[in-house]
Amino acid sequence: MSMTKRALLLLSCAGLLATTPMAALAQEWEPRRPIDFVIMAGPGGGADQIARFIQSVAEKHDMTTRPLVPNNKGGGSGAEALIHVSGASDPDHTILVTLNSFFTTPLRQANLGIDIQTFTPVAMMGVDPFALWVHRESGITDFEGFLTQVRAMNGEYVMGGTGVGQEDSIVIAFMSAAYGLDVKYIPYDGGGAVARDLAGQQIMATVNNPSEAKGFYEAGDFVPLLAFSDERIPAYPDVPTIRELGQDFSYYNQRAVVGAPGMSEGAAAYYQDLFTKIYETEEWQGYLTSESMSPLWMNADEQRAYWGTQVESHRALLAELDG
Amino acid sequence: MEILGLLGDGMLIALQPLNLLLIFAGVTVGLFIGAMPGLGSVNGVAILLPITFLVPPSGAIIFLAAIYYGAMYGGAISSVTLGIPGASTAVATTFDGRPLAMKGRASLALVTAAIASFIGGSVANIIFTGFAPVLASVALSFGPPEIFALMLLAFATFVGLGSDDIPKTIFSICLGLVLGAIGFDQISGAPRLVLFDINAFLQGIGFLVLAIGVYGIGEMLWTIEQTRGEVENNTPKMTARGMASDAGEAIREGWKGTAIGSFLGFFVGILPAAGATPASLMAYGVAKMTSRKPEQFGRGSVDGIAAPEAANNSASTGSMLPMLTLGIPGSPTTAILLGGMVIWGLVPGPRLFVDESEFVWGLIGSFYISNMAALFINLAFIPVFIWMLRMPFTILAPMIFVLSIVGGYAATRDMFDIWLILIFGFGALVLRRLDYPLAPAVLAIVLGPIAEPTLRQSLLLSSGDPMIFFTRPVAGPITIIAIILILLPALKLLRRKKPAAVIGE
Repeated sequence: MSMTKRALLLLSCAGLLATTPMAALAQEWEPRRPIDFVIMAGPGGGADQIARFIQSVAEKHDMTTRPLVPNNKGGGSGAEALIHVSGASDPDHTILVTLNSFFTTPLRQANLGIDIQTFTPVAMMGVDPFALWVHRESGITDFEGFLTQVRAMNGEYVMGGTGVGQEDSIVIAFMSAAYGLDVKYIPYDGGGAVARDLAGQQIMATVNNPSEAKGFYEAGDFVPLLAFSDERIPAYPDVPTIRELGQDFSYYNQRAVVGAPGMSEGAAAYYQDLFTKIYETEEWQGYLTSESMSPLWMNADEQRAYWGTQVESHRALLAELDG
Repeated sequence: MEILGLLGDGMLIALQPLNLLLIFAGVTVGLFIGAMPGLGSVNGVAILLPITFLVPPSGAIIFLAAIYYGAMYGGAISSVTLGIPGASTAVATTFDGRPLAMKGRASLALVTAAIASFIGGSVANIIFTGFAPVLASVALSFGPPEIFALMLLAFATFVGLGSDDIPKTIFSICLGLVLGAIGFDQISGAPRLVLFDINAFLQGIGFLVLAIGVYGIGEMLWTIEQTRGEVENNTPKMTARGMASDAGEAIREGWKGTAIGSFLGFFVGILPAAGATPASLMAYGVAKMTSRKPEQFGRGSVDGIAAPEAANNSASTGSMLPMLTLGIPGSPTTAILLGGMVIWGLVPGPRLFVDESEFVWGLIGSFYISNMAALFINLAFIPVFIWMLRMPFTILAPMIFVLSIVGGYAATRDMFDIWLILIFGFGALVLRRLDYPLAPAVLAIVLGPIAEPTLRQSLLLSSGDPMIFFTRPVAGPITIIAIILILLPALKLLRRKKPAAVIGE
């Protein structure tokens, strides 16, 4: 299956042509109390780092009259956050930093009754690639070596991740199926905890975002073996992509901000404007580069179309994972 | 000696006029934030983050760390005077702080808390200064089996040598574990124990909600019931001499708890995923277990105040360590500090100590100064807090009620939590009348959600073989000690029976 981000972008552009541009709204709405800035993941992971960075940028440039207050709700693969936001008593002051569990969790837990199309699009801040990491002391230096080691351990090779059905498990499942690998998968409550336990060699390999592994990579502890992006990750020019190895696969984590269902148009316009400003700051653009993320800017209608295509592609991916 | 030089330079940075001003302001603000129920250091640091953009990065983090420190001192104040934990980190302080205050010794309780906090903070600072890089690797060697073994040990301290009724203690632990399990399963993501299909239970039961319910409302109801509202007001006036003699008594009676809390707290603090709240509860358990007077615990033991207070300060310094050296926050507050550091262009992680040496040592230097400042500011305010206690109970009780409700609401801004607080308050009253200890339930609701996923991760690692807890070099001894502690009451019973049997023959 193919799900390059360019193809998705094209699809979403087509979606845009079909809809009328959003009417310019009066910018009169302003937050009247601290904004509940909900994060779909635990502290320390990629989503959490981004949320705290965004909060800091907003504070630094004094962009909001009321503070963004980060609120980690990582339980149940982000289900806790989705329930919290969809039942928010004050939707105008509740926004959510999402990752791909925004698509997968409602698919996997249909009984939660979450329809993501009821959420309010705010901003697509970028997409985050994934890479395969091992610890330096494992002695593995390339993907071939990894394959040999996993096969030699006969099902005892331990990988960590953020849970079955989560982004990294989708990547690991694809890789395992493509190369006939049998690994033990230990779930953690966030990408930060996963990286920490690779650093402590409690687990043998991970599929982490570059931002989560960066510190350990720079200290020489982590070795990247393979990238799951369309092109090589600029920070690791010697690391091949799985596409170069002949697999038609790439996978990114979305870093988007959405508003609670039922948010008023005035509030939605306010947040869209706010996050456009944050996106355009020097700090955010610098962060995209330093954390190896790719820009994928979309307006509100493009985001809705993107959600639709992502839900369908994840439905297919999850069907493979479970099947 | 290189370290001492670096530390000296760091202290000079912290003593620059602007930084010193920030330390005093931060500690004072932190003290009051910590003392307000529901407003913990997390909220304080989050709310005040914007102010830090007005000063240079080193000053900014020094300010935030000072708030963090101040809040750890402040949490004890409402725990002692009102019986409402000021912050989750100060819940264990309520166990003995409140009973001591009810005996008219509130000043002793507050002085003990201040001194223990100071010593805990100092010990942690010295360990941090000397061994930060080594300890970072110790923290990493703690994988899921080791953390689970540690949690088992914590539970064992509450069962093993307690003077309370053991079946009742176990019941209380189980109750806490069940309450802690409500919400989403952390491993599979499936919802569980969603009582009455109320969606609000999906988010789980907040620890602070339980603590405020049990100690704020429950304690108030208990006092009303016991005294019919006619509480004798025997809180003496504060004098300088009184405080000095309290300080002497605090050191004489509480040195053991302080020592336990200082070292254990730091160690638990550096473990990712733990933080100051579990550290203070574990220190309380260990202090009770090793005490010669365990029956005093829960009835106003000085050791019982010193241990958690030393531990929460020590752990807050400890939890800075994984944040600075690994870039992984050890507590919710350090997660916010981490966000601040990133925007100031400081990248926490293994390279920080090398690349930003001046910043790191300035921060460490400020820990020492903050700790000192917090002690003096806290001691200076104690008479004010004591004066509050001299109010008649008919005024104090409604105040406790309002503060409990407002504090519970402030933490999550969810009306549902207020109903839970009231339910827990009445539930606590009933359990107390039936003589069930409540502290183990509070411990279990904090440690359960750490113990459960680590247990399951460990068993996944070992393909279901429980021997993983015995064969690993660090986990093994801890597990064995925990099991011995749990079995100890049974062994004691056997030993006591034997001589009796001889006489019977």
